[in-house]
Amino acid sequence: MLERFNIVNRLSGDADLILTTVDEAVNLARANSLWYLLMGLACCSIELMQTGGPRADLDRFGSLFRATPRQSDLMIVAGTITLKMAPRLRRLYDQMAEPKYVIAMGSCANCGGPFDRSYSVLRGVDKIIPVDVYLPGCPPRPEALTEALMKVQEKIKKERYFLKKEA
Amino acid sequence: MNVYGNIFVFFAAGLLFVFLVMALVKIVAPRRPNCEKNATYECGEKPVGSGWLNFNARFYLIAILFIIFDVELVLVFPVVVRFRDQLAGGNGAAAFLDIFLFAAVLFLGLVYAWKNGYLEWLRGVRKQLRVEGPITTLKDWMAEQSRARGDRNA
Repeated sequence: MLERFNIVNRLSGDADLILTTVDEAVNLARANSLWYLLMGLACCSIELMQTGGPRADLDRFGSLFRATPRQSDLMIVAGTITLKMAPRLRRLYDQMAEPKYVIAMGSCANCGGPFDRSYSVLRGVDKIIPVDVYLPGCPPRPEALTEALMKVQEKIKKERYFLKKEA
Repeated sequence: MNVYGNIFVFFAAGLLFVFLVMALVKIVAPRRPNCEKNATYECGEKPVGSGWLNFNARFYLIAILFIIFDVELVLVFPVVVRFRDQLAGGNGAAAFLDIFLFAAVLFLGLVYAWKNGYLEWLRGVRKQLRVEGPITTLKDWMAEQSRARGDRNA
């Protein structure tokens, strides 16, 4: 398992030559600079702030918040998506630069959560944007969000851009 | 290679790095522009009109006034750091006089701006619209104008 995410394929133990594919180098760069959009919709965003703070510290995964979708790779949908917010959320997603990833954080973003029967709440963010990682919890702990980020990183590291078929 | 040669190498490498990264981005980054993505970013809201707006020229004066305090801060702080040494060296009075004169000259600039009324935002409304009368807000002036036109709702 560890071998798979290790981009450096050494020829031998003491070789000076380091070989890798462009895909793996690009994936390493992308996975370790996942900048997320500074967007909190509801109470989950408090946990999102905690995760960005010094204790859970998302920075150590190369992840930090950007205040504009132009510079963001990751959208963490932290909270309840009301029907009024939904088109704005979609527009923010559209304005992000490729490649872009989405974490649906918390029950509300997954399926509507405690507001499932509400007249004004979207039942799951996956109805308007594609979601990469679903994170359960109400709200999820910062550790859980950290794991969700690592799941996204794992997903990125498996992607192929130049060599489309699985290596 | 002397020390300036080293600096030149750093400079050249830094300059090259910029273009190298831009070329790399051209190769690697996917580009799928669409009309939503090219729209002005307004925190998710639908943008109204163009992002290129005329700003009130009076903000220029505010920026100029800011420079007074900016220069003052930037140049007074180093003096504060060295002031203890100057005091120990017996030059305390001279150093104090120097910085006092410097701050006084900058303060004169502020006094000039104050005296000419550049600190008062509302004063400028009549002046800018080139109409006579006492100092009023823009809202009052507009209400006055619409009353003059016979607009009953104003």
